[in-house]
Amino acid sequence: MSATAHAATAPEFYVREEAHHAPGGSTHLGFWIYLMSDCLVFAVLFAVYGALGASLAGGPGPRDLFGLELVALNTTFLLISSITYGFAMLAVYAGDQPRTLRWLAVTGLFGAAFVAVELYEFSHLIHEGAGPQRSGFLSAFFALVGTHGLHVSFGIVWLCTLMVQVQRRGLIAANQRRLTCLSLFWHFLDLVWIGVFTFVYLLGVLR
Amino acid sequence: MSAGHPEARHGSPHGDPHAAPHGSLRDYVTGFVLAVVLTVIPFFLVMARPIESPGYTAAIVLACALAQILVHMVYFLHMTPKAEDGWLLISTIFTIVLVVITLAGSLWIVFHLNRNMMPGAGTMQMEAPPASP
Repeated sequence: MSATAHAATAPEFYVREEAHHAPGGSTHLGFWIYLMSDCLVFAVLFAVYGALGASLAGGPGPRDLFGLELVALNTTFLLISSITYGFAMLAVYAGDQPRTLRWLAVTGLFGAAFVAVELYEFSHLIHEGAGPQRSGFLSAFFALVGTHGLHVSFGIVWLCTLMVQVQRRGLIAANQRRLTCLSLFWHFLDLVWIGVFTFVYLLGVLR
Repeated sequence: MSAGHPEARHGSPHGDPHAAPHGSLRDYVTGFVLAVVLTVIPFFLVMARPIESPGYTAAIVLACALAQILVHMVYFLHMTPKAEDGWLLISTIFTIVLVVITLAGSLWIVFHLNRNMMPGAGTMQMEAPPASP
């Protein structure tokens, strides 16, 4: 409205000057929107699992394959890594660099333990002849759980990168922003894992 | 540890209102305890089976999962209706709508097809083709 009032002869339909944004001011929201798109990826994989979960092709089913003790252990690792990342963020807010690095290292170790247990489970399944090519159920299972495990693995790579960054540059504003993004990513993965252990493991064994 | 006090929040990245929302130690510990409880209950229900009926067990397991997802959103992801001028909440609600459509729609279509394409079979079992001479 004001643009047309200013120059009545030549209306403007575009923005001449960008509104001022602090550097990284929209990173948080942008990263959140990325996570939401990732959420859709997982939703599709869950839908595939829901559609194919009963297609055993005469092969072993969830009840024959899944050991809930292992899943409980894995869930514990991931949940603990979630709160240790929270402690790392509290150290960031307090400006305590050594404490931040310590908690990040603990988080990385628990994340690595999670991936290790999952790889053990996968190799065990494949060794038993229940690989992804065995049935529709197993293809969907490996796609869903494997994608989640891949996310955690890349999260660990990101975490190590940020530890080096914090070590070299300290807790500067850019590093704080990056650590906040990784915290969203990390907690989001734990949130997806709730869906995985509920729908795939618990309800699978129950069925 | 003074993380729960306001002065601990002064170390925010920019100090502007768009800075990422912070959690306090209290938030994280509350969230962790709730998450542990909401994880232990479903695992116990399925591993020990104190409730005979699979239907009731599944219902409680699903309710725990839903509750735990909310706990994670509030205490770990620090989502508030006002964060990012409400855009965080709007984008999340939009995503939830899409997720529900994707999941419910896919399963509806697939099981409907299943019922129509394979008479007499609720499950998708591969049927061996008739042996040809």
